[in-house]
Amino acid sequence: MSQDFVLETQSLTKEFKGFTAVDDVNLQVQRGHIHALIGPNGAGKTTCFNLLTKFLTPTRGTILFNGKDITHSSPTDIAKMGMVRSFQISAVFPHLTVMDNVRIALQRKLGTSFHFWKSDKSLDVLNDRAMELLEEVDLGKWADTITVEMPYGRKRALELATTLALEPELMLLDEPTQGMGHEDVERVMHLIKKVSAGRTILMVEHNLHVVSSLSDRITVLQRGAVLTEGPYEEVSQNPDVREAYMGSEAA
Amino acid sequence: MTTQTLDSSAMDKSVSKNRMLYAVLLFLGLVAPLAIYPVFLMKVLCFALFACAFNLMLGYGGLLSFGHAAFLATGGYITGHVVMQWGVTPEIGILIGTLCSAAMGFVFGKLAIRRQGIYFAMITLALSQLVFFLYVQAPFTGGENGLQGIPRGELFGVISLADNMPMYYFVFAIFVLGFALIHRTIHSPFGQILKAIRENEPRAVSLGYDVDKYKLVAFVISAGLAGLAGSTKSLVFQLSSLTDAHWHMSGEVILMTLLGGVGTIFGPVVGAATVVTLQNYLSQGPLASWVPVILGLIFVICVLIFRSGIVGEIQKFAKKNFS
Repeated sequence: MSQDFVLETQSLTKEFKGFTAVDDVNLQVQRGHIHALIGPNGAGKTTCFNLLTKFLTPTRGTILFNGKDITHSSPTDIAKMGMVRSFQISAVFPHLTVMDNVRIALQRKLGTSFHFWKSDKSLDVLNDRAMELLEEVDLGKWADTITVEMPYGRKRALELATTLALEPELMLLDEPTQGMGHEDVERVMHLIKKVSAGRTILMVEHNLHVVSSLSDRITVLQRGAVLTEGPYEEVSQNPDVREAYMGSEAA
Repeated sequence: MTTQTLDSSAMDKSVSKNRMLYAVLLFLGLVAPLAIYPVFLMKVLCFALFACAFNLMLGYGGLLSFGHAAFLATGGYITGHVVMQWGVTPEIGILIGTLCSAAMGFVFGKLAIRRQGIYFAMITLALSQLVFFLYVQAPFTGGENGLQGIPRGELFGVISLADNMPMYYFVFAIFVLGFALIHRTIHSPFGQILKAIRENEPRAVSLGYDVDKYKLVAFVISAGLAGLAGSTKSLVFQLSSLTDAHWHMSGEVILMTLLGGVGTIFGPVVGAATVVTLQNYLSQGPLASWVPVILGLIFVICVLIFRSGIVGEIQKFAKKNFS
């Protein structure tokens, strides 16, 4: 049955000097699911996320991607395997055009990325695919804009398009709607739903509205450890979660 | 569809405009020695190439190297040595000097690229100081005296470079080649990734790019071209000295690049021309001992008011008013 899990962790632990940020976490992300990782501030969500994407090295425990041990792989390697992350602050290349942002993700497949003697016109073969991706996130009109000039919500959409360009099996989204206005949240939610077809998504998210309407399964973290796991209805009824996460709201 | 065609025609326009500009500059470069003293022009070209090489690292790779003097000096010393001792023709001498600098760049890069920002700058500085003291001691550099009387020789064993005019055109050709290589590197698939790394390194990593390797390649190209500048300079002045290896030189190239406009293709050329001109003309007048003070003042003014350098400010102005 373990084949059904795209991503699995076994007693994943990260200690910073005298402080355990992630404590014995066993996480299983099922293929095709949108899996949310939630928890109050300081629960270790982002640390957990950085461990999974190899931006941090775990103190103990193993991480399996498609059953393969990736605990000691580099961030570059796992990206090549098909596990691509986003960042809390929008991760775009601000002074390049929107089109170039997506092309940079696409060009790795060409295998010419070290060719400093070749003209960048050789990258024009990617334009159609880049445009398709931009259309998919409603950014077709913005293709020639310098990214930094776009509103925040659009940048997140661009980030999504860039991530999609790699055709990842598993996308890890770090607070995709953080710092957004209501309208943008709706747009991004819609986009995530749209691109989740045929993919697995693991996301860290604060906005419970987003979590409840998108996720198939939720893991709640508290003080670095898993508090509970299950579908939203189940998790939201759990008295521990109500106390830990929603605090006084539960009273 | 209409916007697409509009865009592409606008693009063609800017491309043809650029072509015109390059053609005009090429022409100016060819006729310049008729009006201006060729040795001075050659000095400008050598430093311009040096600054362009440096700019590839800082402006496009986002890495501030504080050790580029080592590459300039290595090129100069090696070329001087092989031309004097082995009697090779100048183009072979320059080639060997350039390759040695590139090799040194590989070693520097391997050690420094693991770190970023100020740490990267400090490691490159430390390594270049190491090289400086090596050159003070090493027998083949002539120590404090340097290598003097390096023969300019005969290009391909045929054309004598002893006169300044043929030498100028040889230097100009080298500059154009070096500049073209940098231009191409910036506008290549590799250059795209380099810019992406400068813009957002973690994101480049998460897209599956091994950023250290890209930085290393850029560093080797930059070091090689700095060496090319040093090699050429040693033939122009028939001299290789410790001045080139001193950390002052690493600072000077930073000044030239920032003054001209970091991250712009012509910025370093303009910056180098400005600095060399000031040094040359001021050092003959009554202000001779004030040259470092004046350069320092200009630098402070530039950093405070013209943050994007001479060319950067002109580009901004043009963008605001003409497009």
